Amino acid sequence: MNGRGVRLMHVYTWVLIGWLILPITVMILFGFNNPSGRYNQTWQGFTFKWYKDVFALEALTDALVTSLVVAVLTALIAGALGTGIGYALGRWQFKGAGALNLLMFAAISSPELVMGSSLLSLFVSMGASLGAVTITIAHVMFSVSFVAIVVRARVVTLDRSLEEAAADLGATGWTTFWKVIFPIILPAIMSGVMLAFALSIDDFVITNFTAGTTETFPLWIWGATRVGLPPQVNVMGTMIFAAGVLFAVVSNIRSRSKKKVAA
Amino acid sequence: MDRVKRTLAPYLLVLPGGLWLLVFFAVPMVTMLSLSLQEGDIVNGFVFTGHWHNYTESLADYQTQLIRSLVYGAVTSIVLIVLAFPVAYWIAFYGGKKKATYLFLIMLPFFVSFVLRTISWRMLLTDDGVLLHPLKSAGILPDDFQVLGSASAVIFGLVYSFLPFMVLPIYVALERIDPRVVEAARDLYASPMTSFRKVIFPLALPGVFAGVLMTFVPASSDYVNSELLGSSETTMIGQVIQAKFLSNSDYPSASALSFTLMAVLLIGVFSYARALGTEDVMKVAAR
Repeated sequence: MNGRGVRLMHVYTWVLIGWLILPITVMILFGFNNPSGRYNQTWQGFTFKWYKDVFALEALTDALVTSLVVAVLTALIAGALGTGIGYALGRWQFKGAGALNLLMFAAISSPELVMGSSLLSLFVSMGASLGAVTITIAHVMFSVSFVAIVVRARVVTLDRSLEEAAADLGATGWTTFWKVIFPIILPAIMSGVMLAFALSIDDFVITNFTAGTTETFPLWIWGATRVGLPPQVNVMGTMIFAAGVLFAVVSNIRSRSKKKVAA
Repeated sequence: MDRVKRTLAPYLLVLPGGLWLLVFFAVPMVTMLSLSLQEGDIVNGFVFTGHWHNYTESLADYQTQLIRSLVYGAVTSIVLIVLAFPVAYWIAFYGGKKKATYLFLIMLPFFVSFVLRTISWRMLLTDDGVLLHPLKSAGILPDDFQVLGSASAVIFGLVYSFLPFMVLPIYVALERIDPRVVEAARDLYASPMTSFRKVIFPLALPGVFAGVLMTFVPASSDYVNSELLGSSETTMIGQVIQAKFLSNSDYPSASALSFTLMAVLLIGVFSYARALGTEDVMKVAAR
């Protein structure tokens, strides 16, 4: 590739990033808009009032709280279950590992629409009442594989001589795990947990099928689009975005400085 | 005793998560299959008949929407290959120390809810919105020009929604290429074009296939973009299934449609897995 082609691709990459970010910028900007009517669609002046009144709409705030509770529960449950799978797959070769891998692959690549509708079929035929519990069950189902993959990737690279050293020094298997292995794989578990949290709080399709009349943040937005979205939605969206980006940047910097120390 | 414990250990660790996947992913598929072979309504209950007529009837009624969805999905994936390849290529070979930063920027949309992003586009593309209004007042576009409601608007939204899922797998494939292989091609007097065509592109193909899998499946089963950016002319099968399940409670025929969609998509998914393995997709999924 010659110099001009490379420069052209560089510019193109930035154009595409700009395109990706455009609707996010619009969302953030219109959280500062001061619309006169019901529709927050045209720019009418700058205000901070929606940040002050961000929790003024009770139903919207309830939906956000539901989203947060479900996301925390999902992160904890999927974090624990996914760590178990990821550790076992990375550490041992055992019968059934291939089948489990295929099951995880199927759960990752199946259409959300089909997973959501089949779960609804299950809940309906069991006569289960839909709500925060069924949403959480669904979210753990689709995020557990992601946690497992992240943890497995770290466990595979573990230096087995560490375990042998611990055993030579008289540590039991249990002690070795908690004192040696666990601290090493903890960062991977944490990023798996955060991934599960992020997947859960953003999910729309599967939640749509398993929520019944319960509303999460994305479901509330979906229901309110026809009557016009209040600027509070933009403010909450901005807050979730900012928290996510901040967390990703901070954990990235931390892991980089740790690598430097290790080197 | 210790030995027994050791051979049991992986199974004990895998058990809770594996069961969760089995009960809430695999079993529901069976329930849905059984539901699709039932008859009745929500008030009087459903009875298993084992007849396939839910399939034949709902396919006869909604084949337009099903085919349209597959076409939209295919167009989305093709457009995405063209859009994403140069970006993945540039980041992989010229991103230098900033590779991670560029990939992070490509993934930024994931920090905003999918529905909210699509609503933002609807606002931007609306008839008198920030994008179209200036062009109309300048006389560049006719006054009655519309984007929303068209097939292009829906595909535009789908392309936007799933772009990162095409960039990442292609990037992963390109990143794996040993630069010495490319140098060797140049040493043997291959022109830049030839070395791209004969060396780089074939090595990137597994990434392209992974990208197609990761975009075609969600795009052709999506109902958010066509609902928010489309019209009755662009109704996709996802909208039909969603409405049948959630508004009409017509579970048997909704299940039949959902199962058909999955069967069509699964053929693609599993032929991919057989040919190229599951590692690439899993790796990208966990980023």
